[in-house]
Amino acid sequence: MHIVIIGNGITGITCARNIRKADPEAEISVISSESEHFFSRTALMYIYMGHMKYEHTKPYEDWFWKKNRIKLIRGHVRYIGTEFKTLSLVDGSMIHYSKLIIATGSKPNKFGWPGQDLKGVQGLYSLQDLESMNVHTSGIEHAVVVGGGLIGIEMAEMLLSRNIQVTFLVREKAYWDNVLPAEEASLISRHIQKHHINLLVETELKEIISDENGRVKSIITSRGEEINCQFVGLTAGVNPNIDFLKDSGIQTNKGILVNEFLETNIQNVFAAGDCAEFRNPKPNHPAVEQLWYTGKLQAEALSKTISGKRTVYERGIWFNSAKFLDIEYQTYGLIFSKLNQDEASFYWEHPNGQIAFRATYKKASRELIGFNFLGLRFRQNVAERWINSKISVDQAIRNLKEGWFDAEFSKPHYIEILDAFSACTDFKKVN
Amino acid sequence: MKAEDSLSIAAPSESHPLQKAGTTLVALAILSAFIAAFGAGIQYPVLFFWLIISLSVSGGILYSIPVYKSLAGIKNNGVMFAKSTSRGAIAWGIAILFTGFYIILYWFPSLLEGLIRIMDPLSYVLRGIKADHWFLYGTFYSLAILIMGIKFIGKYRHSRYHVIRTFSVMFFQLGFAFLIPAFLIKLNQPEFYFSYFWPLKYSYLFPNDVQSLISSGNVGFFMVFWGAVMTFIATPILTYNYGKRWYCSWVCGCGGLAETLGDPYRHLSDKSLKAWKIERWMVYSVLVFVTVTTLLLWLNSWKGGAILGDLSGSFAKWYGFLIGSVFSGVIGTGFYPLMGGRVWCRFGCPMAAILGIFQRFKSKFRITTNGGQCISCGNCSTYCEMGIDVRAYAQKGENVIRASCVGCGICASVCPRGVLKLENLAEEGRFDPYIRPEDK
Repeated sequence: MHIVIIGNGITGITCARNIRKADPEAEISVISSESEHFFSRTALMYIYMGHMKYEHTKPYEDWFWKKNRIKLIRGHVRYIGTEFKTLSLVDGSMIHYSKLIIATGSKPNKFGWPGQDLKGVQGLYSLQDLESMNVHTSGIEHAVVVGGGLIGIEMAEMLLSRNIQVTFLVREKAYWDNVLPAEEASLISRHIQKHHINLLVETELKEIISDENGRVKSIITSRGEEINCQFVGLTAGVNPNIDFLKDSGIQTNKGILVNEFLETNIQNVFAAGDCAEFRNPKPNHPAVEQLWYTGKLQAEALSKTISGKRTVYERGIWFNSAKFLDIEYQTYGLIFSKLNQDEASFYWEHPNGQIAFRATYKKASRELIGFNFLGLRFRQNVAERWINSKISVDQAIRNLKEGWFDAEFSKPHYIEILDAFSACTDFKKVN
Repeated sequence: MKAEDSLSIAAPSESHPLQKAGTTLVALAILSAFIAAFGAGIQYPVLFFWLIISLSVSGGILYSIPVYKSLAGIKNNGVMFAKSTSRGAIAWGIAILFTGFYIILYWFPSLLEGLIRIMDPLSYVLRGIKADHWFLYGTFYSLAILIMGIKFIGKYRHSRYHVIRTFSVMFFQLGFAFLIPAFLIKLNQPEFYFSYFWPLKYSYLFPNDVQSLISSGNVGFFMVFWGAVMTFIATPILTYNYGKRWYCSWVCGCGGLAETLGDPYRHLSDKSLKAWKIERWMVYSVLVFVTVTTLLLWLNSWKGGAILGDLSGSFAKWYGFLIGSVFSGVIGTGFYPLMGGRVWCRFGCPMAAILGIFQRFKSKFRITTNGGQCISCGNCSTYCEMGIDVRAYAQKGENVIRASCVGCGICASVCPRGVLKLENLAEEGRFDPYIRPEDK
């Protein structure tokens, strides 16, 4: 049996490793046009900033693949012939598969902005993007980053590390306030400004202006303002990287359509990670999941299916994390930017404006829904247990210490949080 | 496409003007030290003493000012670009300078005569006798820990763990490894380092040292008692409760230098599986070597030299030369800019070997991995000075429990997702990986 995986990101590689663990015999091939070896995409920013070199971002040493008989193929798939189970590569070679996993990830969104293909205008997703960014930001003075998401703030931090002035265009009222509740979004926005990033909220990109050499010279915002810059980072989200699937018979919408087993409409063809789209997503869950964690979890479920134990992908208790410049963020349970009707929440912020905590709960039952942590660390297993067992918000806040994950000798902020919570009018004494 | 072949991302590593000025002052201090060593120090000891001290201290302070002025948080910007921290020409230059200094210090101290003489006034004040090359070395060593310690605290001032731990190594170096031994000499007592124990300070349990300490009186007797208690009782108890970090990154002078002067080089340690294999062979061989030497010496002393003749003596001599001088000094510190600050601690220190065995098999210490939050970025492994591939554990949701971990805590600090925490918890279950509730 030849299992072929297209894409050597976290999803593809997790599949390869887990299938190998379950089946010592299977022939496993991983095709990538991006890099010879698996590297951590999340670490791209650190290469640019000089925290790490490319080699540091490889989670496995180069001998690992041969030892585990995972064949690495450097190539770009041009066409998938599902009828005869063959792949044709750009270099003309053909590969036969018994089972195919498509894990090709994403590509940056471009919304048809005038000038979006100029020199010095790009997104940041791949190793090649990073290389291009390195070339196009060399020696420049001013850059504009468009789109207030996680990649946007990373790009701003990267540029800042090279003493490049950054203007950050954000469509929303505050940074990421379509995901973060207003208080958290405002805290992060203030932190962004503290780093001397010129944050322009409720501002969109209208047009990118070229100089005489086809290179970006300036941009014009939706407010009509022209900003001179030598680089534009487009970070308004990503979308599934599936253009090569046209005419393959594999059904797609935004992404490759899959069921809860990550199976496509074609037998023995599977898709997982950023490029997959659930036909019937669970309530409150996105159809396309574009996170490192979800890519890994989908791959773990899919590997079981491929290895003979058909397994439903379960997202589990929602969690995510990020780092906004110097402020770490962890979230457990589903907390939306706007509370639902039946929800209430308790928010605490440290006077230094860099540390915050939120607990959201059901108004009527006081059952805990989830937490947001900024500048604080909390144990995932404790949060999961509490949310799963539906403990009350009162009980949770009383016992925060149990899940506290800040470094030793850190200030015990859980005491201040409990004090603040006790002082709240809606605090109910429950033991 | 050959992305990774050409991916030699290089940025102009612009250091802050104040840092350039600070570096220049330190370079001038080193230049002054050369001039002093070549004889000028004998003529103008006081002048050169103050010149070198004030240049290096003010250089260190100037260098640290931008560190303290920047917003608190992990800022390893440009570490991989700077020639001084990425095995560039500057790094090689510093390595040659360090290595050369150690070679001269150990085997040709007479070349340092001019430098030693400038230490006389301080030595008379502290010890009541004139300076020797070890006093010179001790002064420089302490100065390096203090100056670079202040810089380190600035860099990691958002973490109280690092601030407290660094004050601790500065305190133990200045007090226990510099001032107290000096005062003991002044008081006509044996020179003794209360922060070093067998087998790192191997001679403290050699019969010669033990006998001469005991015969020197009550204080000497207490020193022998202290050394034995620390080695055989305190070490296992403390390591059981806190891991080997209580010593390696809180007390020890070698660790103190590695954490401060060696901090800019911590990412240069080799993380490969091969390096780990070499490490285990080497460090435990050294432990066996020093243990056998100690036993032979006692056997010989017990038998009055009847059986072994000079064999045990030559064992001790070779151990002192190979391990005590070449390994811990020349290679251990000289190679800082090329292999990171913990070469000696990782590959050679027998104390680290013993502590490591306790830490791995009988200790409450671990670095807890927080669930499934690891994004495999590699910051933790990159900045582990002991060459532990921390990420290999973190991405599997396993706690990091390794004999070599000195508990510096930098992995947990550089982690951008808050995945790691150093802590002492119950022994039970410390090896259990994280399993999602859905997979249980």
